[in-house]
Amino acid sequence: MHIPDGYLSPSTCAVAYAAAVPFWYVALKRVQRLLQSRLVPVLAVVSAFCFVIMMFNLPIPGGTTAHAVGIGVAVVVLGPSAAILAISIALMIQALFFGDGGVTTYGANCLNMAIVGPLVAYVCYRLIAARAPIEAPRRVVGAAIAGYVGINAAALLAALEFGIQPLLFHDAGGAPLYAPYPLSVAVPAMMLAHLTMAGAAEAIITGGVVAYLQRANPDLLRSTAITSDVSPDLPAARGWYGVRQLWIGVGALMVLSPLGLIAAGIAWGEWGAEDFQDPAVRAQIAHASSNVAPPAHVPQGLAHLSTIWHAPMPNYVPAFMQSANLGYILSAVVGTGLIVLVLSGLSWLLGRRPPSGAGQA
Amino acid sequence: MAEQSFVRHGRHRGNFLDRLADGLAHAVDHALEADDLSRRDGLLQRLDPRVKLGGVFGLILVAVFVKSLAVLAALFWLAVGLAAVSRVGPWRLARQVWIGVLAFTGLIALPAVFLVPGDVLFNLPVLSWPVTLQGVRSAAFLLGRSETAATYALLLVLTTSWPHLLKAMRAFRVPTVLIVIFGLTHRYVFVFLRVATQMLEARRSRLVGPLAPRDRRRLATATAGVLLTRAFDMSTEVHLAMVSRGYRGEPRLLDEFRMRPLDWAAVAGSIAVAAMALWWQA
Repeated sequence: MHIPDGYLSPSTCAVAYAAAVPFWYVALKRVQRLLQSRLVPVLAVVSAFCFVIMMFNLPIPGGTTAHAVGIGVAVVVLGPSAAILAISIALMIQALFFGDGGVTTYGANCLNMAIVGPLVAYVCYRLIAARAPIEAPRRVVGAAIAGYVGINAAALLAALEFGIQPLLFHDAGGAPLYAPYPLSVAVPAMMLAHLTMAGAAEAIITGGVVAYLQRANPDLLRSTAITSDVSPDLPAARGWYGVRQLWIGVGALMVLSPLGLIAAGIAWGEWGAEDFQDPAVRAQIAHASSNVAPPAHVPQGLAHLSTIWHAPMPNYVPAFMQSANLGYILSAVVGTGLIVLVLSGLSWLLGRRPPSGAGQA
Repeated sequence: MAEQSFVRHGRHRGNFLDRLADGLAHAVDHALEADDLSRRDGLLQRLDPRVKLGGVFGLILVAVFVKSLAVLAALFWLAVGLAAVSRVGPWRLARQVWIGVLAFTGLIALPAVFLVPGDVLFNLPVLSWPVTLQGVRSAAFLLGRSETAATYALLLVLTTSWPHLLKAMRAFRVPTVLIVIFGLTHRYVFVFLRVATQMLEARRSRLVGPLAPRDRRRLATATAGVLLTRAFDMSTEVHLAMVSRGYRGEPRLLDEFRMRPLDWAAVAGSIAVAAMALWWQA
């Protein structure tokens, strides 16, 4: 999972750094506001803990062992902002001092393991644990699933980063300059290991630590838990104000969504049935596929499946829109709105049921 | 499969507790050896840490950027030469970088020799798998870049004490608060490694037989839980200790680095090597 130097091109590394910087900035500001003069000792000690957890080699069912990353533990106990910073700092010490992960790929490693993994794990944990009491077994299950899904999200992103390298970067003779395997190889290879061993290790450590803390130190689980006695300090309890920076970020990303139009050519693997008939697009596909020519006719399965569903906004531009840029932004708004609607519905459904044992406290 | 690292991984012998304790001990060994080497009298040890940090990062970037195997090989041999004049022997480089990278990246790169499509060089005798020129080149690029970059990174760590390395980051506009956090984190990593080792040692001394897998998992997660609780307690103690010494939330660092002629020569050398590498491939 720790990507060494040489696997990703400098431009991929630069994009990963650029993508990570806003998260680091927002996380640092939020944690600084919360901890003030305690920022340095708390982050340093918790980062050291994250580092040591990454060295744990856990016995997993089946008689083998695997390393955990500690994504789930960090995010369940610290919350997303502090987890982003603590894991990033632990990764920095690992890369620079212990040679675990590269220097140029540090941004990508942070994006995978310190940002996307923890954020996905956090959403999972909050959705599954909902308003369950601190000592509820549901929180253990939620934490274990969060750890499993979080590390797999990180692994998938790493696999995508590997997989796009041979498509974009090769020398004049066609030899890949960085990670040599296309998406069709990189994604299954990475996911096979993470959906089984590494995922199991992460689920065990996250679920196990939460179960231990429920017995030994339940207070440590309260900062990320919304129970019936909601703390007014928690972001979720403060409505729009608490998450306004996230909304501003989402808004900025929507406005920037037409940036994709700048990219030349067609996205690899996203070809439509009509693209196989167009000689110009066929040449693009061949060029992007290491000069392997696409099939002469539209593949049968693709031709059949493409008739089943017609997107309401094909190519992200509704039929009534004249401007592609505005169409992209509108699609981003509609897509984000739908996701928010689905998540709000799920959260309402999960939160509607009174937690077992409520009212006993 | 263990990931590549400067730290020797466990030999997968003994029981779970032995392996975990071994891993923790190797990390401490690496830190002690790095501290010892950084005090020796060698070329890189004599250089200003800011020059080393900038130079090594620059050379790693060039190693990742170049598109010529010959230039990559030259950069690798330059790293070996720098190690030799800095009293870092080839056996140490082999033990901490080359063998580990070969075992990890080599294993990942090997299938590329057959899987990358291109001009067939020859077929394997029994399996008849085609070995392609493009496949061999792509495997060589991956392995060469990994070995070269990791060798430079190890040289930086072995010839520069950690506090100097952190202080050198100030020259590259890394915020002071982050530098202080990195320094404290590094310190407490070893505190926690010692605590974890002691906890495992205490448990091991009370064992009379092998633990069942379920109990081993419970032991590992409980150890992690105890460490986490201690981490929070310790952060409060560290904060109080800092406040009692006058800390008010604004860390300050002393800056005593001075550039000498040798440092300027190293800056010029790094720039010249980077320029030559990029010019050669152009």
